[in-house]
Amino acid sequence: METIFAPASGFGRAAVAVVRISGPQAGAALERLSHAPPPPPRRLSLRILRDPQSGTPLDRALVVWLPGPGTFTGEDVVELHLHGGVAVRAAVLGALGRLPGLAPAAPGAFTRRAFLNGRMDLTAVEGLADLIDAETEAQRRQAMRQLDGALGRRVEAWRTSLLDALAATEAALDFSDEGDVDADALPQASLAVVVRVRDEIRAGLADGRRGERLRDGYTVVLAGPPNAGKSTLLNALARRDAAIVSAIPGTTRDAIEVRCDLGGLPVVLVDTAGLRESSDVIEAEGIARTRRRMESADLVLWLAGPGDSVERPHPQTLVLRTKADLVPETSGMDLAISALTGAGLDRLLDALQGAAANALGEGDALVTRERQRLALERCVEHLDRAAAGAATLPPELVAEDLRLAVRALGEVAGRVGVEEMLDRLFASFCIGK
Amino acid sequence: MRVDAPFRPVHISRMHQPAPSRFDVIVVGGGHAGAEAAAASARIGARTALVTHRRATLGAMSCNPAIGGLGKGHLVREVDALDGLMGRIADRSGIQFRLLNRRKGPAVRGPRTQADRKLYARAMQAALAATETLTIVEGEVHDLTLQAGRIAGVTLADGRTLSCAAVVLTTGTFLRGLIHIGEYTVPAGRAGEGPAIGLAHTLDRHGFALGRLKTGTPPRLDGRSIDWQAIEMQAADDDLVPFSTLTDRITTPQITCGVTRTTTAGHDIVRANLHRSPMYSGGITSRGPRYCPSIEDKVVRFGDRDGHQIFLEPEGLDDPTVYPNGISTSLPEEVQRVLLAHIPGCERAVMLRPGYAIEYDYVDPRELDPTLETRRIPGLFLAGQINGTTGYEEAAGQGIVAGINAARAAGGQAPAVFDRAESYIGVMIDDLVTHGVSEPYRMFTSRSEYRLSLRVDNADERLTPRGLALGCVASERARHYAAQQAALAAVRARLNALSLTPTEAARHSLGINRDGVRRTAFQLLSYPEITWDRLAAIWPELRAVPPTLADRLCTDATYAVYLDRQQADIAAFRKDEAIRLPVSLDYGRIPGLSNEMRAKLEGVRPLTLGQAARIEGVTPAALTLLAAHARRGETNAVAG
Repeated sequence: METIFAPASGFGRAAVAVVRISGPQAGAALERLSHAPPPPPRRLSLRILRDPQSGTPLDRALVVWLPGPGTFTGEDVVELHLHGGVAVRAAVLGALGRLPGLAPAAPGAFTRRAFLNGRMDLTAVEGLADLIDAETEAQRRQAMRQLDGALGRRVEAWRTSLLDALAATEAALDFSDEGDVDADALPQASLAVVVRVRDEIRAGLADGRRGERLRDGYTVVLAGPPNAGKSTLLNALARRDAAIVSAIPGTTRDAIEVRCDLGGLPVVLVDTAGLRESSDVIEAEGIARTRRRMESADLVLWLAGPGDSVERPHPQTLVLRTKADLVPETSGMDLAISALTGAGLDRLLDALQGAAANALGEGDALVTRERQRLALERCVEHLDRAAAGAATLPPELVAEDLRLAVRALGEVAGRVGVEEMLDRLFASFCIGK
Repeated sequence: MRVDAPFRPVHISRMHQPAPSRFDVIVVGGGHAGAEAAAASARIGARTALVTHRRATLGAMSCNPAIGGLGKGHLVREVDALDGLMGRIADRSGIQFRLLNRRKGPAVRGPRTQADRKLYARAMQAALAATETLTIVEGEVHDLTLQAGRIAGVTLADGRTLSCAAVVLTTGTFLRGLIHIGEYTVPAGRAGEGPAIGLAHTLDRHGFALGRLKTGTPPRLDGRSIDWQAIEMQAADDDLVPFSTLTDRITTPQITCGVTRTTTAGHDIVRANLHRSPMYSGGITSRGPRYCPSIEDKVVRFGDRDGHQIFLEPEGLDDPTVYPNGISTSLPEEVQRVLLAHIPGCERAVMLRPGYAIEYDYVDPRELDPTLETRRIPGLFLAGQINGTTGYEEAAGQGIVAGINAARAAGGQAPAVFDRAESYIGVMIDDLVTHGVSEPYRMFTSRSEYRLSLRVDNADERLTPRGLALGCVASERARHYAAQQAALAAVRARLNALSLTPTEAARHSLGINRDGVRRTAFQLLSYPEITWDRLAAIWPELRAVPPTLADRLCTDATYAVYLDRQQADIAAFRKDEAIRLPVSLDYGRIPGLSNEMRAKLEGVRPLTLGQAARIEGVTPAALTLLAAHARRGETNAVAG
């Protein structure tokens, strides 16, 4: 039984984000993240969560250890109450995903486990029926949108091609005593199909995560020395008081995010702690986070006030001279702005929108969900093995990888039955002595 | 609810009643399903009657005189593992053993043999006659007797009545069978035998969902009139692989088959006469099997080909009849003759009897539980073509399951279900009861999602322990199996004890990574280039291991990585199978279930959540609701 995890709180910025883990490995996962034995059951405890591989701190969080079966799902459960914000949550989810035996929960998986383990009483079950109905409708609409779109059409095309290759392979196994059937597990023509589909999926996966960005937003990190005017700019851009703005250097200790709509494109603006040497432990941690946020950003706006140092910490960096109303000098700068007078803001917005449009691209995004990406990656893995083994592996193992590849695509596009494969087989081979 | 208890046969002494009329189980039909059902039921200890028209047709091969093949060979091995008859009988009567896919991996190999039709039937009749607690009754079953809705016996056409607790119907193609040869039709069960009309009416009367299927057979030729010199010949294997683990070696003489092809001139004749073939004239509307197309179908669907292969298979060692495998047809008799005249080697062949198509009734197998008991009439079991399958092996696999469960039902024991992760028999039955059929169902290895685990070489390990627990395995096989398993375990332990470092491996010129990790002999075997012989060169003690055991362990090693993953899949599968749904579940009372889902579920009435998930189009949301409901049922049961 896999251990599953998922955010339990809604998407977007909030003071606290709850991540829930359920299954036999939940306790072990908490130990791996906190580098400590689980706290006493059913008590909120403060722990520093670290990346299990690198040891980098991810967050200082409140955690609860809820051993089964007296839990929501009936299994061992761990809840992580993280600091709000997409970045922290994404880092923790990423770390969980890399732990053995853990997998992101499919929609409804927690509820399903709760049902299966008898953790829902009669009224809860009946009440949930309506909810599930509504949820299904949302899922259906979402699936329809996607299946009508680029992904659905392409996955269907890949699946069709692979089913043909698989039919040839299965024919070689199940009808090798027939005169009409090619004896090769992966005849040259099928091998070409497998390689083509694999390469196309790879290209699709390498689309710069356009689809996920479209869903999660194009991330712009505002960075620079303290008091360069990052928070002021954020507020000006967001046209609301999202961050606390004051003239004391180092006010912003954690990353603050504002999601906004720029020309119809979702953009996330992230205000960060100013970068300077600091002896304040909390501020130092804020600075470390800023560095990490910059690494994962799509674009960094480096803000430099008069006399501040200029850095380009990201391949996509836009250097802004802030407080242009005070000192108009702009050498080495990409743009000069003044949040106070509004000078240069329109040009900045145009530049941001252009960069976002460029990155998010035109047309439909291919992969919009992490689950789809994982399924497609698995498919590529199987196709790789099938293609590499075509000449050396026994044909039933080549077929096994093809079957699993088709199944992985089926997970994206809906289920595949063996009957469908047989339909193809009988349509294309003259079988029957 | 049935309670698992030892079998309690109805005690009737044969001494006082020379023609007994009371039995535990009555099997109707003496084909491949009927024979296995009767034998399995009797092995368990149920007093069993097998009712057949004529004793002499027991074990008859109505169509192709061959047993096994790809996918089908798996079924024969599984029947054998449950101590069934088919494998042993085929070993005694096989006249051309060939292991198909020999050059491919062990998971897809298929043992096959052509059988001497007479030897096969004779051996089957002898095996049945020698089965204790089995009585052969000659007669035609006309009707079923029910008491309080349950099976209580059968009535024969001559007025005799037999009583019993369970009936297994294995009527093959006899239910309202109708033979077509060109424009000519005749009601028949197979060539020369009348159809079963009475039982068809019985099933109608009880409201069973009946459908109509079609199958066909080629003309039979006189081998003495075939020009064997003109065609290619195919011999048996040098190394004859038997079906049964109880068979040491094959002693029947082996024959060769001819291989020829249809010609474009022959195809023109078929095309010119299509309007006279009932498949194309509208005389037959029921579906035939796609994998066993008639020559008419081949010419129509694959018109661009210049020929289709035909195997000329002698039907016996001392029988001149030849079965031309590949030209099943329902064209008029005279057209068949002209077609034959255009086949190389058969230009002057004498046709002993024409090919024909036969239409027959089948019962929608979604009427059945996975025990093959009908839900409509408790105590009534169906097996073989009546369930929409084709093939002797498919029939035998169902026969043994129906026989076991009929005996258990009669003895008041809990049902025995075989699942998809355990056997091809389980795959077949689950496919039938979950999806129904739209054409005669045949086994393929591609039907199994756990193909690498369900192999011919481990059928005994998968099923003999179950057979032992069910009481359908006799002592000879029990001893043989125990000895085999002990030997296998000993060799496996040695392979895990012997090991090499990469440096030592290099000294024996085995190419493995120099990562400093010791590898056991078993791990080394998983490398494609490291064979048993190479290991035996390093550790001479391995030379003494019998080849069957060595092969078996090589297979396990080769598949090890894939098998580990498959084990995880199987564990997930079993979890969903363990969640039971009541057969009487009122889907209308489950809130939130859409009408569409409800209709799909009511059509099948799945017994487990896993089975519900395999019904096409059932959504995850619907499954979640079902799971909740199943839980609720359990809670109520405990409370009540």
